[in-house]
Amino acid sequence: MITRRGFLAGSAGALALGVTSACGGVSGKSKSSGGGASKGDTGAISTQGFGKPDDVGQARIDAFKSAYPKVQVNINEGDFDAQQFLSAVASGNPPDLVYLHRDMVGSYAAKGAIQPLDDHLDSAGIKTGLYRPAALQEVTIGGKVYGVPEFYDTRNILMSGTALRSAGLTAADLGTSDWDKLHTNAVKLYKANGGKISRIGFDPKVPEFLPLWAKANGADLVNPDGSPNLADPKVIEALTFALSLVDEQGGWSKFKAFRDSWDLFGAKNEFKKDQAGAFPWEGWYVNVLVQATPKLDLDSVPFTDRQGKPISFSNGSAWCLPKGAKNPAAALNWMKVLTSTDTWLKAAAARQATVEKNKSVFTGLWTSNPTADAQVKAKYVKPGTTGFDKAIQNYYASNEYAFSIAPSKAGNEIKTAWTEAANRALSGQQKPDAAMRQAQSEAAKAFSAVK
Amino acid sequence: MAAVTTAARTRRKRNGSRSRETRAAYGFIGVWIIGFLVFTLGPMIASLVLSFTDYNAISSPRNVGWDNYRQMMSDPKVAKALGNTLVYAVMYVPTAMAVALCLAMILNRVGRASGFFRTVFYLPVMTPPVAAGALFLLLLNGNQGLLNRTLHLVGINGPNWTTDTAWVKPGLAITMLWGVGGMVVIYLAALRQVPKDLYEAAALDGAGAWMRFRRITLPMISGALFFTLIVQTIYALQMFDQAYTMFFGGQENSTYSNDAALFYVIYLFQQGFGFLHMGYASALAWLLFVVIMIITAIQVRVSRRFVYYEGERD
Repeated sequence: MITRRGFLAGSAGALALGVTSACGGVSGKSKSSGGGASKGDTGAISTQGFGKPDDVGQARIDAFKSAYPKVQVNINEGDFDAQQFLSAVASGNPPDLVYLHRDMVGSYAAKGAIQPLDDHLDSAGIKTGLYRPAALQEVTIGGKVYGVPEFYDTRNILMSGTALRSAGLTAADLGTSDWDKLHTNAVKLYKANGGKISRIGFDPKVPEFLPLWAKANGADLVNPDGSPNLADPKVIEALTFALSLVDEQGGWSKFKAFRDSWDLFGAKNEFKKDQAGAFPWEGWYVNVLVQATPKLDLDSVPFTDRQGKPISFSNGSAWCLPKGAKNPAAALNWMKVLTSTDTWLKAAAARQATVEKNKSVFTGLWTSNPTADAQVKAKYVKPGTTGFDKAIQNYYASNEYAFSIAPSKAGNEIKTAWTEAANRALSGQQKPDAAMRQAQSEAAKAFSAVK
Repeated sequence: MAAVTTAARTRRKRNGSRSRETRAAYGFIGVWIIGFLVFTLGPMIASLVLSFTDYNAISSPRNVGWDNYRQMMSDPKVAKALGNTLVYAVMYVPTAMAVALCLAMILNRVGRASGFFRTVFYLPVMTPPVAAGALFLLLLNGNQGLLNRTLHLVGINGPNWTTDTAWVKPGLAITMLWGVGGMVVIYLAALRQVPKDLYEAAALDGAGAWMRFRRITLPMISGALFFTLIVQTIYALQMFDQAYTMFFGGQENSTYSNDAALFYVIYLFQQGFGFLHMGYASALAWLLFVVIMIITAIQVRVSRRFVYYEGERD
């Protein structure tokens, strides 16, 4: 057995023969207190991956500081960086908290980079019953809870009312229960001039929403035991259908180049410029649209399976405790405070203040805490009949029935396998069945290795 | 007697001076040597040892013998990534050298203003690669990008540089031309060293511009060309930043990875930091090292016939 420490300094740089110039440096800024306060009300905590907090994030940080004024909070602003995080953990200088996408939790848990929280939850007063089951499922690996779930993103279909009318269609015509009808209507909504796309009729949003299309067709990409199910004929059929939509609308190369040219966050967004008919998207995009184009003729319908039952795919972020975190008690307090009902209400108040300042509309906060969601909705979401109101209602409704991908110890590898397979199929490098069979082989190998 | 004493004193003085110079030299290079040992050679040795282990950066490494190397042989993505990288290197290196040489020759004729333009050409080298990658995603967009709009003005329908698998590598090669400023500076310095009388003599003998370029300029700057060939080849084989930013970077974009841009170091990074297969990633790194050494050795061997070193031989 070779001792780990002897190699730590070398490992990142050593990959180095190729990587050193290419990859960013390792932050050594993790500065924990080592205070050892069992109640977690003193010392310092540091975070990685939390990004730059917006009004909602800042209100929640303030709530923690108010509840634990003696704890110094060091936010390492910036999205999650695997290299930075792993190097920090491997060198014994980890942050006290890491903010991860929930679909990454399984892989990091399997490698021991993050700790199970079960022994800490009771002492911190965190009740797992507070969180949505689908979110909790994503952070529960081998029966142990490895993270506290935070936001909760679901998908519904957003549409341009203007585009629909121009093609003589209604929102119901772009429902996802009848795939043949959807295909026909997507083509009707699609526009091209001289070989150049001017409007995408219906964007299936693959690869990223492949789990949703597969589920609509009756299949899960990951089995409940965490093993991959990528070569399931229903998964292949779903990818084949999505590919047919793309092929009928210019083909992947033109389709994606056109989509990449959209001004997604601006006042000249794809709906405003009549570049998009419809697509499934996460709820946060409604907030973007209402701020950028408040008078937009937006329409929305729930995503449904082929039997017409509404379904949605959820994921989001979670707070995790890295191996070797020096102030775990305070870290657990942070998780508790940031995801509590009271704190979400404070965050919603901050968002409402922003909304009033911008003379905009409160589109909702969608979290893994259903109690908080219900109270925020009751207090700040105004009922109405506009397209935005309809979309907001759809996203609130989908919170209740959304599914999540089953967690896996090879979660990263499985996700990489199916996304790359979908990309190969979309770009014409492989047929969908061959691509997914290759993906299944790669993912199964990775799963066997960590099982 | 007095003469002997003086000579001995002079010798001692000279020896003392030489000794001080030697110490000073070691002082200057000592820092570099320490840095090399600690930050390059040490990690290289650690990496070599790790390449024979199963190591995830969290737990202790476990010896697995040659398993990682055997796995590489049967991993189709290694061949794919290596193929992509070599094809890209073949596209990029000659193009970059040609563009840099053209720019350097133009600058060589500019006269006093060349200093200004030299700075201008070098500035992009200072731009962070990630920023350049993000910028070129916009410039190369097949639908609205500046490059295709420009091509359209002359009646050419440009390809989808960033989304068509056939054009991804040429698009990246164009992106990387952004940073040829370093080579321009090297070539410009080399061009300035070419004796003017050679051109005058050739002109008197009736040699045209092309002949002068081929028979005088190229041989006289062949040392600089060879140096940049080696450095740029290694640089191309280690392609990472821009390709990762454009096709794999960020959690949001990562679902649109493009196999055509799966370069070797990107695959190595995925294995090491995405999947925590540090032992396998180390083995991949050593394979790349061997590939680079072989290519460099071939280049050095072939260069003997083409590179002219002034003063080396008649």
